[in-house]
Amino acid sequence: MNQRTRVLVAATAALALSLTAACGGDGDDSSSGSKAKPEFNAAVDKIFNPSDKKGGTIRLANAGDWDSLDPGDTYYGYSWDFLRLYGRSLLTFKPSAGQDGNELIPDLAENLGETKDNGKTWTYKLRKGVKYEDGTEVKAADVKYAVLRSLDKETFPNGPDYFRQFLNLPEGYKGPYKSKGVNTDSAITTPDDSTVVFHLKQAFGGFDYLAALTQTVPVPESKDKGANYKQHVISTGPYMFDQNNLGKNFTLKRNPNWDQGTDPFRKALPDAFEVSLNVNPDDIDNRLLSGDLDIDVVGTGVQPATLGRVVGDPTAKAGTDNPYQSRLWYTSIVGTVKPLDNIDCRKAVLYAADRTGYQTAFGGPLAGGDLASTIMPPTIPGYQKYDLYPAGPDNTGDVAKAKEALAACGQPNGFETNIAYRAERPKEKATAESLQQSLARVGIKLTLKPFPQGDYFSQYAGNPPYVKANNIGLATNGWGADWNDGFGYLSQIVDSRVIRETGGSSNVSVRDPQVDKMLDEALGLTDAKAREAKWGEIDRKVMEDAFILPGVYAKALLIRPKKLTNVYVNPAYNMYDYVALGVA
Amino acid sequence: MITYIIRRLLAAVLLLFIVSAAVFSIFYLVPRLVGATPETLATRYVGRSATPETVNLIAHKLGFYDPIWVQYGRWVKGIFLGSEYDYGSGTEQCPAPCFGYSFITRQPVWPDLLDRLPVTLSLAVGAATLWVIFGVATGVLSALRRGSLLDRAAMGVSLAGVSMPIFFTGLISLLVFSYQLKWTAAGGSYTPFTENPGDWFYSLLLPWIVLAFQFSAQYARLTRAGMLETLGEDYIRTARAKGLPERAVTVQHGLRAALTPLLTIFGLDFGLLLGGAVLTEQVFSLPGLGKYAVDAITNNDLPKVLGVTMMAALFVVVANLVVDLLYAVVDPRVRIN
Repeated sequence: MNQRTRVLVAATAALALSLTAACGGDGDDSSSGSKAKPEFNAAVDKIFNPSDKKGGTIRLANAGDWDSLDPGDTYYGYSWDFLRLYGRSLLTFKPSAGQDGNELIPDLAENLGETKDNGKTWTYKLRKGVKYEDGTEVKAADVKYAVLRSLDKETFPNGPDYFRQFLNLPEGYKGPYKSKGVNTDSAITTPDDSTVVFHLKQAFGGFDYLAALTQTVPVPESKDKGANYKQHVISTGPYMFDQNNLGKNFTLKRNPNWDQGTDPFRKALPDAFEVSLNVNPDDIDNRLLSGDLDIDVVGTGVQPATLGRVVGDPTAKAGTDNPYQSRLWYTSIVGTVKPLDNIDCRKAVLYAADRTGYQTAFGGPLAGGDLASTIMPPTIPGYQKYDLYPAGPDNTGDVAKAKEALAACGQPNGFETNIAYRAERPKEKATAESLQQSLARVGIKLTLKPFPQGDYFSQYAGNPPYVKANNIGLATNGWGADWNDGFGYLSQIVDSRVIRETGGSSNVSVRDPQVDKMLDEALGLTDAKAREAKWGEIDRKVMEDAFILPGVYAKALLIRPKKLTNVYVNPAYNMYDYVALGVA
Repeated sequence: MITYIIRRLLAAVLLLFIVSAAVFSIFYLVPRLVGATPETLATRYVGRSATPETVNLIAHKLGFYDPIWVQYGRWVKGIFLGSEYDYGSGTEQCPAPCFGYSFITRQPVWPDLLDRLPVTLSLAVGAATLWVIFGVATGVLSALRRGSLLDRAAMGVSLAGVSMPIFFTGLISLLVFSYQLKWTAAGGSYTPFTENPGDWFYSLLLPWIVLAFQFSAQYARLTRAGMLETLGEDYIRTARAKGLPERAVTVQHGLRAALTPLLTIFGLDFGLLLGGAVLTEQVFSLPGLGKYAVDAITNNDLPKVLGVTMMAALFVVVANLVVDLLYAVVDPRVRIN
């Protein structure tokens, strides 16, 4: 190596080192404007940096795009959280840190729903003086119209379908565009301009949760443009659309016709919101860490590349929160596949599984979540902590108990079966591999079967004839609550009646008529405490049936906004509460 | 010459048909061949937990129950004659060229493409200007000072430029220059030229440099190699022998001959970039055609994929046609032949 070459190599090394140092995280918090001391989980169960200061602009980014900004056509938790800035549903979740955030409170309505026939008819009185952005007053008929239009699934395919399931609609009703002039008073009536009455097919004690769906945000019929309404949703909240470049970005500004007097819980602190769409997710994390961006609006946590940087840097970690996601990652144990039709064989799987391995597969305690032993995560009211199948002191599985269970099911040497997982999901692949290793200890031989995630439930793991014909005994799975209530969480994954022979159901394995009966009983309970206790019983019954191997209660690592005030995780959405935020 | 251009344009139209049919087949025919039904295709375009009724409705709405050739014919017809779209509470006319409506956003594709084009055009023109100037200049200097420290340093840096992918250099540059030093704009902060030329320049400066860094590295190496080969030719020695100034020998005789292969590559590169600088737009969150293509493919949004593919193919074809025509200008031997 000659002199010039040495100089070049040294200069290059110096440049590389300086770049590495420059990229080593933002330890300087002097520009943050935050008065509170940052610490890990400072915005979980408590408010970080409380303030009533008004003004400023909050900057948000989304790595993808909204399913729709139309309140009748959206199904993402972050969208429901954000929509409260420009829309008011009949009820909403209390903007509060801690478990209070799961409480329903009246928003457009004056009170929670009233029922005089044990949950078959629900009445809501609207607040007086709530106006749209153009100054016209909101009427009960607008709420009725909003709910009915959301039933047109050809035009609004994204939103949930609970209203069709419960409302006593005329036979074949397709929404106000295609069933023009059809009388819908059997489903919803509006006796006066401020009263909406919902008539159900069957009693549903938890109907208030449906009244909190964004589908009850009023839509004035004269301004409705069908699928194009999302280009400019008419606001009833404190903010209205300023610019909306679909797929690129949009901005919200103050709604001059929003009256704080009609809205006891929104503080409406910032002057505006700027939202960028389809932004590189790694770039979002970098901007959040540098304070150049405030919120990753999706709220599902940092990218793997950022995780290492944050965990290894105490200063960076102090600027993060790690809330539950009201989601369980689990493995379905399919009772229609032999020998798993025998409950003891299913129990053998539960005992032999390495729970720590499951957690590691999902990224460990921070990015993955806590070890799970029940179906409902701790954020769902009614959750009870118990473990029917303890996995030993180190949570790597109880081999002795597993062998006992195998002997009881007549397979003392184990058996062979297949495990399905979504090919595009490395965490599910790692889960399948972990189970393959831990179950092999007791002679249960698993063969890994990856399937494309787009067709996973419709053609493969969720298709009962395929599952049976191809010996898919186990299938990795996951489920998040539509809202934090047993019905919102359990109905799609433990009710055997949602299983379709043509495929497509998320319930891959739970087939127990007694569970179905318990679900029906819970639906009719109007007393919230009694209903919650029932969800807990159902959870335990499914675990006794051994149809589900719980993996982890999902958690996400969120980067806390550096320049914002009133930051806290609302458990109803499992992310920061967007209506509470202000600018420092 | 005019006959030649018309012949090339007709060939381009045929090529576009073939490309569109191929893309259509990849997204429709291949899934059908491996067992996908109209319903399973439709499940990608409905919300979570959609009922079978909803899936059927969407399959009907998107025309998945029709034979493939009917669906393709409908798409081609829309381009030439336009089509009508039912948005629920009414219908709207989608005038020709109607590239269809997005399966996800339910918005027409053609206005999207027109909206994204200026972003990609801005990125491609700015970066191309930089890489041609710096790449060719570096290549010429390296060739003239072969073996010098300058030559070695330039070739070393250009080797790094060729070796490092944009998703690495882009993210590192953003981290250092945008978030640490705050010299350049953050990702996702594109401003249209018509809104504010200053902000437009500021928002594109780093993407231009990063993109140009990679390309100028290639062009520097190609120019150097071409120049070294040309400068060894007999006619260069003749030019020097007859007393031409060294500058004239280098530029008029040496560089001009070395430019012909560069022009071919430039045509391909620039045409591809106009179709979407996929990685650069992705890294810097620029809302151009490349980002549009990535998002469309991620979401299986066929009308968008078809639209952006057609536009990209058109740009490549046109850029190559322009390059072929420019050969005659750059190289007199082409004119004579």
